[in-house]
Amino acid sequence: MKSLLTALAIAIGATAVQADTMKMAVTTSFNNSGLSEVLLPAIKQDLDLDVQLLIVGTGQALRLGEAGDVDAILVHSKKAEEAFVAKGYGTHRREIMYNDFVLIGPSSDPAAIAGAKTAKQAFEMIATAKAPFVSRGDDSGTHKKELALWATADLDPKAFGDWYKAVGAGMGASLNTAAGLDAYIMSDRASWLNFANKADLALLFAGDKVLFNQYAYIPVNPENFTHINKEAAAKLETWLVSDRAKELINSYTINGEKLFTFNAEQ
Amino acid sequence: MNDIWAGLTSAFWLIATGDADLIEITMRSLQVSLSALFIASFIALPLGTWLAIRRFRFRRTAIAVLNAMMGLPPVVVGLIVYLLLSRAGPFGVFGLLFTPTAMIIAQVVIITPLIASITHQAMRDLWAEYHDLLISLNTTPMRRILTLITDGRRALLTAALAGFGRAIGEVGAIMIVGGNIDHATRVLTTAIALETGKGDFALALGLGFVLIGLALSVNLIIHALSRTERRGRW
Repeated sequence: MKSLLTALAIAIGATAVQADTMKMAVTTSFNNSGLSEVLLPAIKQDLDLDVQLLIVGTGQALRLGEAGDVDAILVHSKKAEEAFVAKGYGTHRREIMYNDFVLIGPSSDPAAIAGAKTAKQAFEMIATAKAPFVSRGDDSGTHKKELALWATADLDPKAFGDWYKAVGAGMGASLNTAAGLDAYIMSDRASWLNFANKADLALLFAGDKVLFNQYAYIPVNPENFTHINKEAAAKLETWLVSDRAKELINSYTINGEKLFTFNAEQ
Repeated sequence: MNDIWAGLTSAFWLIATGDADLIEITMRSLQVSLSALFIASFIALPLGTWLAIRRFRFRRTAIAVLNAMMGLPPVVVGLIVYLLLSRAGPFGVFGLLFTPTAMIIAQVVIITPLIASITHQAMRDLWAEYHDLLISLNTTPMRRILTLITDGRRALLTAALAGFGRAIGEVGAIMIVGGNIDHATRVLTTAIALETGKGDFALALGLGFVLIGLALSVNLIIHALSRTERRGRW
């Protein structure tokens, strides 16, 4: 019993904090893409900085920034980001890169969206066919984008029937649901390519410019809190817009498909 | 069925190759849940015993509240602890959010009522048996609590193991207060949730089998150390 207690005491004491670390809230889509696994080791190597990622939806990422629980955020919802900076929670917004959204659905394609000319038209076809559609429903960047697309087609998801399922979950969990229900879903390309449980789903529509998905980096305003690691946040920003990051981001592929395009102003 | 088989294979390979990440998150799972168990037992065992022997006005209410708190939803506990520990919250200055300490705090809140309630149940029966003896010996309340804890240790072990079981398998609260940060707060259960999200069911299930194996080993080790379930001994 005594040795057990000693082991416990050591275990409690081992909760040590590492020296040069910062916390960054990122979206599930960024992490699911696998790009973070390429960038983080490079950041560690170049800057000797441990970036701890909190993988959440854009809505929660912004809340974490507001409360000062992270040092920076990397998200993709322009309107919400601009409001965040305007309210003084972040110092500025720096565009880093973009990827695109794609429409996924059952390979039989009951709503025939593969033949659609625009994203707007594809959404109208799904609504007309009342084909099952899984929505993130979690106030994430992807969810906001999806709502904006329904709005451009003059459709209101609140008025939809049973076929519209807001699951309130991350990208991966939502894709799992769509796979189980054989439903349509909008996903970022990266999450889709990395998703292992594709079942009968297939990529049906992509390429419309409105589906582009801009990621931006926002350091949390250090004036609101005393503990924000602003030096690390600034170092990370410089690194993210550097040629080294550009090369890593542009050369990242899954199954030979390029996922992200670097477009930061250097 | 294929997925389950793939999960078993994946669990086997993870363990056979001594996967470094697996060892890290397993150790963290153990560290968090055992710490929580230790602290919670320290509070709950005397509390449950005290409730069994002490008569006071709101005793029934206190016990009812305790029993109801066994069913505390972990997500709600997680959210409350999160709001308290957030930089914008009352305990924000300590910077505890998204650390293993925050996860331990949440788990202590979740398992303390469970351990205290089971302890109270067991101690009430034991007290009925010991009541006359301990009263006639004119013992102090502290002495009575210690005697009951010592003689009822096997029931208390069950209470503690139930608490450990709830802690090690818990995901809702520690996901919120820990944030599932790689190499900092990722534990077995949050890793399982993450891999499920990625659609990698084989790895998720593999980690699940590791978790089950871990819970089983801890139970066996504690039983062996405390020499219960052996002939002629308590």
